Amino acid sequence: MKQLISLLIENKPGALMRVTGVLTARGYNIESLTVARTLDSTLSSMTIVVDVDPVMQFLLIKQIKRLVNVVEVTDLTESRSVCGEMALVKIETTPEKRAALLKEIDVFGARIAKTDLLSYTLEATGTSDELDSFISLLHSYGTIEMIRSGAIAISGSSTTKSDDPLADITDSNGEAQEALQV
Amino acid sequence: MSVMSGAQILLESLMREDVEVVFGYPGGVTLPIYDVLYDHPLKHILMRHEENASFAAEGYARTTGKVGVCMATSGPGATNLTTGLVDALMDSIPIVAITGQVPSKLIGRDAFQEADTFGITRGATKHNYLVKDISELADTIHEAFYVASSGRPGPVLVDTTKDVLIANTEYRPAIQIEKMRGYELRIDPTDDEVDEAVEFLWQAERPYVYAGGGIISSGASDELAEFVESLDAPVALTVMGLGAMPTEHPNFISMLGMHGSYAANMGVTECDLLIALGVRFDDRVTGRLDAFAPNARVLHVDIDPAEMGKNRSPDLGIVGDVKHVLQRLTQRIKETKETQGRKNKEARGSWKERITGWMHEYPYSYEPSKNEIKPQKLIQKIDSISGGEAVMSVDVGQHQMWAAQYMRFNGPRQWVVSGGLGAMGFGLPAALGAQVGRPDKVVFALVGDGGFMMSLPELATIASNKLPVKIIVLNNGTLGMVRQWQELFYDKRYCAIDMDCFPNCELLGAAFGIKSRTVDKPGDLDEALDEAMAEEGPFLLDVKVTPEENVFPMVPSGGAVNEMILEQPKPVTVGD
Repeated sequence: MKQLISLLIENKPGALMRVTGVLTARGYNIESLTVARTLDSTLSSMTIVVDVDPVMQFLLIKQIKRLVNVVEVTDLTESRSVCGEMALVKIETTPEKRAALLKEIDVFGARIAKTDLLSYTLEATGTSDELDSFISLLHSYGTIEMIRSGAIAISGSSTTKSDDPLADITDSNGEAQEALQV
Repeated sequence: MSVMSGAQILLESLMREDVEVVFGYPGGVTLPIYDVLYDHPLKHILMRHEENASFAAEGYARTTGKVGVCMATSGPGATNLTTGLVDALMDSIPIVAITGQVPSKLIGRDAFQEADTFGITRGATKHNYLVKDISELADTIHEAFYVASSGRPGPVLVDTTKDVLIANTEYRPAIQIEKMRGYELRIDPTDDEVDEAVEFLWQAERPYVYAGGGIISSGASDELAEFVESLDAPVALTVMGLGAMPTEHPNFISMLGMHGSYAANMGVTECDLLIALGVRFDDRVTGRLDAFAPNARVLHVDIDPAEMGKNRSPDLGIVGDVKHVLQRLTQRIKETKETQGRKNKEARGSWKERITGWMHEYPYSYEPSKNEIKPQKLIQKIDSISGGEAVMSVDVGQHQMWAAQYMRFNGPRQWVVSGGLGAMGFGLPAALGAQVGRPDKVVFALVGDGGFMMSLPELATIASNKLPVKIIVLNNGTLGMVRQWQELFYDKRYCAIDMDCFPNCELLGAAFGIKSRTVDKPGDLDEALDEAMAEEGPFLLDVKVTPEENVFPMVPSGGAVNEMILEQPKPVTVGD
């Protein structure tokens, strides 16, 4: 199954490797991973999509939380979250196809970042599924070159902070967590 | 404030952590440290291999409860430490490893003796650091000790580049850590948790305590005894937990698991409440997981939240320091005893009788012999010398399991064992570290002939430091546990198990200047042991035991714990 994990991690050398190490040590394939700064310059945020064995889902979250540099980790797989991804797509164009293509771009709400005689470079954002279908649509217009950012996600619920360190470990269905909750 | 070099700051920082000894091996990039050590009060023990430095640091930590420290140079020095780091990680033992790294400017250029120590040891440690800036050195060392010794203890490595070691700066001692972001610990249970747990306890008709290394890490032996006495429940210990409760304690029913006692394994199968304290439901304990305590509710106490539900989902999981949790539970049991204590009293009484019955039905046993020294007999003799007081450091294999079955321990931190990793070659260097930490104790290194050959060079360290370790080789001439599995599960197709060309230990001991003796007759054993004990310094005793003895009971790998092989299978006769 695909698990969507969001985490906040101290911005230190090796921190990324520690997190990915928990996943790769178990032989899991990381589908996508994004890392970026946060408002607090000492922290980075990460969003990981990873293909995991469902029985390991909750354990993974706890094992990631156990890492010394990890400040907060959330399993967003089944929770209300806002998830988005960006794609940069270069598509070959011919004068005959342009009008139709521009229509498609407009309908999807993508932006033309660069144009030249032979191609458009588009910037498109949306959910991963939306991008999938947009990109397959673009394929029908000719050969394309593409890069995707991987998903970024943020919890859809309003956050509450608590002093209990265990409160940082949250998961979507709470089943395995039940025993820990105070 | 004074200006110091990185190497001076490093040693000063170790002194501030109350480090009294470092087990190490020098090399190119750590020369600046050794230059400061030249006239420094910190004691350094020169090992003969870095792997053994990490094992010695573990032996020290396991017997003293303090953080063990080992040190190695870059490249091969650091990679050699790794097995000991993983061993400490598996068994939650606090050690700090200091390694040198090539100068910052050379990192990534395949410099001489360069290895990505930070990367290699990432999965081998609880946490690790690469220090490339001298201003971070003192704080990093302090943080390393804090992380190693707090929460669930474990190994921490600090890799320091050579340029940091030789640079100079104003020394500012590290500020005491009170809290670290991203590393928060939960020590105390809540009132609700305590209430709910005690409700579980009183509801149980067949309670069973399964306790392990967490009791020893937490220093909760007294609390454990008080807890089980207030509840009058049987207690089985894991191999890591031995000594957490005195062997002679009336509630103690020995070890559980693959080579555990019949009573312990039957008890866990039949109990209706499994009280798991500082344990991790290791596969060598549980056997087939779905047949482990199949009808029991589980109350699991551990300081590591990631242990909750890792292998068995608890009905009630309490994350906290088991010492604190047990104090609260016992207090609550006493408060509620009057009103609740009568509940299930009869059922509990008959449960106790069943446990006692199992203990009498199948105690640990073996076929005695007049002609051969039985390995179990050897351990019983060592045990009677120890009287529950000695430190026993063992290697891995059959002798380890017999020692776990037959040795008595009056208290914690006397039993030194590579429990989780099962690292052969551990026993001798760990005994060395234990003797350094506990000069007041008799320390036995009980090793098999296989593991002994892996740690042979440390005879030099033992001799050189005049450490009075009593080294006893339980010598059956084969890799006994591998042989046992090949006999029982691989149709006796014995392969790669002969430890032939084993050295003559009398000559070997003499070569190192260690008094030694070989004994192969039962009649000579007492006198040989007496001689070993009478010797002031180290002694090497090579005991030739029955070659084809097996460890029983045995739960076959992946089997249910109540399906034990209790004794040597009888040969099948044709037509039977």
